[in-house]
Amino acid sequence: MTTATTEKTAAKIDSGPVRKKKTKKFSPWGVVAWIAALGFFFPVFWMVLTSFKQEGDAATSPPTLFFTPTLDQYDAVFNQGIGPAMLNSVFATGLSTIIVLLLGVPAAFALSLRPVRRTQDALFFFMSTKMLPIVAVILPLYVIVSNVGLLDNIWALVILYTAMNLPIAVWMMRSFFLEVPGELLEAASLDGASLWRSVREVILPLVSPGIAATALICVIFAWNEFFFAVNLTAVNAQTMPVYLVGFIAGEGQYWAVLSAAATMAALPVMLCGWFAQNKLVRGLSFGAIK
Amino acid sequence: MASITYKNASCIYEGSDKLAVNSLNLDIQDGEFVVLVGPSGSGKSTALRMLAGLEEIDEGDIEIGGKNMKGVASKDRDIAMVFQNYALYPNKTVAENMGFALKLRGVSEAERRKKVEEAAKLLDLTEFLDRKPAKLSGGQRQRVAMGRAIVREPQVFCMDEPLSNLDAKLRVQTRTEIAALQRRLGTTTVYVTHDQVEAMTMGDRVAVLRFGELQQFASPADLYDKPANAFVAGFIGSPAMNLMTGPLASNGVKVGEDSTLELTREHLSLLHEAGLKEVTIGIRPEHLELSDNGGINVVIDLVEDLGSETYLYTHASPGVQLVARSFSRQPARLADAVALRQKAEGVVHLFHPETGARLN
Repeated sequence: MTTATTEKTAAKIDSGPVRKKKTKKFSPWGVVAWIAALGFFFPVFWMVLTSFKQEGDAATSPPTLFFTPTLDQYDAVFNQGIGPAMLNSVFATGLSTIIVLLLGVPAAFALSLRPVRRTQDALFFFMSTKMLPIVAVILPLYVIVSNVGLLDNIWALVILYTAMNLPIAVWMMRSFFLEVPGELLEAASLDGASLWRSVREVILPLVSPGIAATALICVIFAWNEFFFAVNLTAVNAQTMPVYLVGFIAGEGQYWAVLSAAATMAALPVMLCGWFAQNKLVRGLSFGAIK
Repeated sequence: MASITYKNASCIYEGSDKLAVNSLNLDIQDGEFVVLVGPSGSGKSTALRMLAGLEEIDEGDIEIGGKNMKGVASKDRDIAMVFQNYALYPNKTVAENMGFALKLRGVSEAERRKKVEEAAKLLDLTEFLDRKPAKLSGGQRQRVAMGRAIVREPQVFCMDEPLSNLDAKLRVQTRTEIAALQRRLGTTTVYVTHDQVEAMTMGDRVAVLRFGELQQFASPADLYDKPANAFVAGFIGSPAMNLMTGPLASNGVKVGEDSTLELTREHLSLLHEAGLKEVTIGIRPEHLELSDNGGINVVIDLVEDLGSETYLYTHASPGVQLVARSFSRQPARLADAVALRQKAEGVVHLFHPETGARLN
């Protein structure tokens, strides 16, 4: 009896490390995750692949998997005036994002670290501007833009993209500022720092990952924006999404050249995301406070 | 270094008309270590933050070194503060944290380095100077916060519960270190805590606050021996002083159902002169002992053996509880009916049954 109990106990102790190995064992969820990830990635992969095909290879059914890669489609895209559209997009996206950060970061700072009686109302007001569907305001907007003479002018998009992204930026940045303990500002002020100095030396370094994340969101939204662009611009101020639509023909699609243009349109945002990733992952090191 | 004076200083809670601090008067001498102590909501932190300029002085004045601080921004008050959660700058190294105030003052890099290294040596932080706060233990962070304060050589140190995030053992050790450091530097210090043991062991003088009002401002010994009212009597000391309200009898005060605590003739005549029918008596656990020939009849609820001493938690009648200290390891057992009496050298404190003010 006694020996049996001892053996049982021994077996239990032994099973300890064996259990740990279980984590390395095959899990169906891993497969699900891989399938989902591939499902999301495949269309992008297929787009990039198709962009290197000749139109003939791109249109076959079943699809051609082995082909001689060519840069002809990219040649065609560049010859069809991608340059101005790309520049317009870069200008509208870049400038609106900079303005959004210049206005939104101080606003979020004030609303989180120096709240006043009407803070909640102000925050709700910002959010409420996102509740109205854009379609509902496009007509009056068109009239206004037309009256001030900004139709087919890239500045119209700069203003609209700034207005469009500002509430999101304020809300996002506010949540990052809320993570910063108020004592840090108090400590800096007792150390003899002016408000500007403590913001620059203490607060901004802490929220810089948040600023990067906010900037990335603004860039993505502005870059991909289509509705304003298609309604308020024509030739001079057209952005990448509008330019891309030009490749969708009524009948008989030219898949390869469309893929090349789409790849070109997606590339800047993907690069931005890739560069911001390091900053985002670095995370907030608040260990010292808690 | 400077003296500090609170003159009827008041602070109103934001968004209400309640006073967080109600016309506080304190005269703190140059180089003194003063502890503000009280339960939560007593206004002790607010009083400290008013001194640091982090909270408005709504009424009255606060002077540092004879200069009125009303309307002076915190950055111009020359005060260093140690926060409960330390509030170290996470993006700066230990050395940068400690030298930040000097940098802001335009002290040269070499001078800064020298001062930071001196302070680091004093606090045993030399090997951590290049680390970020996140890579330090709680005790080390606490020392960095101290270091940041002393590097500046300010007029006043403000400390807001700086030990409450440390474990019990480290807290006791750091407590003595801070007190010794303050004595060595001689900087006027105002220290806030809710822990009466910290208050008693660290302060030259202790201010007890309750509901924003000063109850007593005296040396630890005076607080313990002559509490100004029943609140201070119950707050200072652990276990707390026994406080019981009972009707006056011919030779003392009735305690429980059938016992009387005898009072001296002077006390009795004092109470008669005051025209009181009832009185609140206070007697510390160490002034009670077990008696074999009468006294207050009690039943033992709990025997707490701390090794060096034993505390007997008892009740005389439902709701009338008494704690007595004994030096013997097993003086009585649970549920025993015993009698307690006042020790020969024991002191009885008398308080007004309604106002709680001290009578003797």
